[in-house]
Amino acid sequence: MIALLVRDIRLAMRAGGGFGLGLSFFLIVVVLVPFGVGPQSALLSKIAPGILWLGALLACLLSLDRIFALDWEDGSLDLLATSPLPMEGIVSVKALAHWLTTGLPLVLVAPVLGVLLNLPEAGFLWLTLSLALGTPALSVIGTFGAALTVGLKRGGLLLSLLVLPLYVPTLIFGAEVARRGAEGFDITTPLLFLAGITCGTIALLPFASAAVLRVNLR
Amino acid sequence: MSLNALWEYANPKKFIQTTDRVLPWFAWSAALTLVVGLIWGFFFTPDDYRQGSTVKIIYLHVPAALMAINAWLMMLITSLVWIVRRHHVSALAARAAAPVGMIMTVIALLTGAIWGQPMWGTWWAWDPRLTSFLILFLFYLGYIALWEAIENDDTAADLTSILCLVGSVFALLSRYAVNFWNQGLHQGASLSLDKEENVHDVFWYPLVVAMAGFALLFIALVLMRTRTEIRARRMRALLARERMGA
Repeated sequence: MIALLVRDIRLAMRAGGGFGLGLSFFLIVVVLVPFGVGPQSALLSKIAPGILWLGALLACLLSLDRIFALDWEDGSLDLLATSPLPMEGIVSVKALAHWLTTGLPLVLVAPVLGVLLNLPEAGFLWLTLSLALGTPALSVIGTFGAALTVGLKRGGLLLSLLVLPLYVPTLIFGAEVARRGAEGFDITTPLLFLAGITCGTIALLPFASAAVLRVNLR
Repeated sequence: MSLNALWEYANPKKFIQTTDRVLPWFAWSAALTLVVGLIWGFFFTPDDYRQGSTVKIIYLHVPAALMAINAWLMMLITSLVWIVRRHHVSALAARAAAPVGMIMTVIALLTGAIWGQPMWGTWWAWDPRLTSFLILFLFYLGYIALWEAIENDDTAADLTSILCLVGSVFALLSRYAVNFWNQGLHQGASLSLDKEENVHDVFWYPLVVAMAGFALLFIALVLMRTRTEIRARRMRALLARERMGA
């Protein structure tokens, strides 16, 4: 399992684009927002938590189809399927690798981009914390979507159509934590909900992803 | 009838034979109840003292919303049946129900917007109920798109049924998440059987008839579409066999 994890991370780092692309996309989205809504810092600081969450979510979405696509094309997914590792394990490791190469960098870079959007000072901690809690759920849900569409030729667009509605609860609670944190309100309830969603998806969704992947490899 | 007898209808041939007999009944009773319910509702109920005649859109809005949710519920059940017992008719029924459910969602959203414009002063508000219906619409879209995208029938049935299961959980989660996220503008339930305060009987009876009409219409449409799916699949099989022989 660890070997697979290391291999996936290496591939993501060296294959070019995968690692930096999500981050660059995140940066560009955040830079474009002031052009769209105007440069008033009061407005920007009000919408900053939501924009940062949305940007991170879209950046996460961008790299989803790489989770299985390359392994599917060169047949290594079949090899993995016949390995002694259970499919649920493979799927979980894939999701973890995706989070480490996409989610975690997004979490780390989000506070920096928060400065660009004039995020209130109180918000930095909660923004980072909510992203750190929420992005694993995004990766796990995304892995399910990627497993659903792995056999399709033009699965990319369909993947977003399938995954985005599934992202709704995570986005709502995650952005709510960041927003309330920035405005100095109590964040306990949405934070607990967010943690609950993340734990629940990590615990249960790999079974669905594995079932879907088995169907696709049949 | 014991439960075992129910599984007989999983046989496509038996399904076609039976629906041959019952489909006209469903279709005609749907037409009848819809005509009665809607005409009764539109022309023979008093105007509301505050809402005027705008209130009458309820006879389209509520039944459509009801069926939009029940259609997804039916897809969930038939998907489960497909996963557990692998009856093709079940998977095809889920496929047949999806577009009908999606249209019901659209009707509910549109009639709600038409009603909301004069009443709330806006076509759209990010109210929890409205928002969750919009999300339900997105789920329908994704489900249908996945069916369309996959060529192999059995693979498509497997993948969509798992998507339906996962989607149901997330749809429910979203429902409560949006409740948390924004306060409601939409009125609460006023049709529950167990509540003291409900809509007045004058509105309630035609509404029940309209709801029954929509339910019958839904059943008739799904049966019809399922038959089409079964026949289309049989035709594909025949064509394939012919090509093999030639």
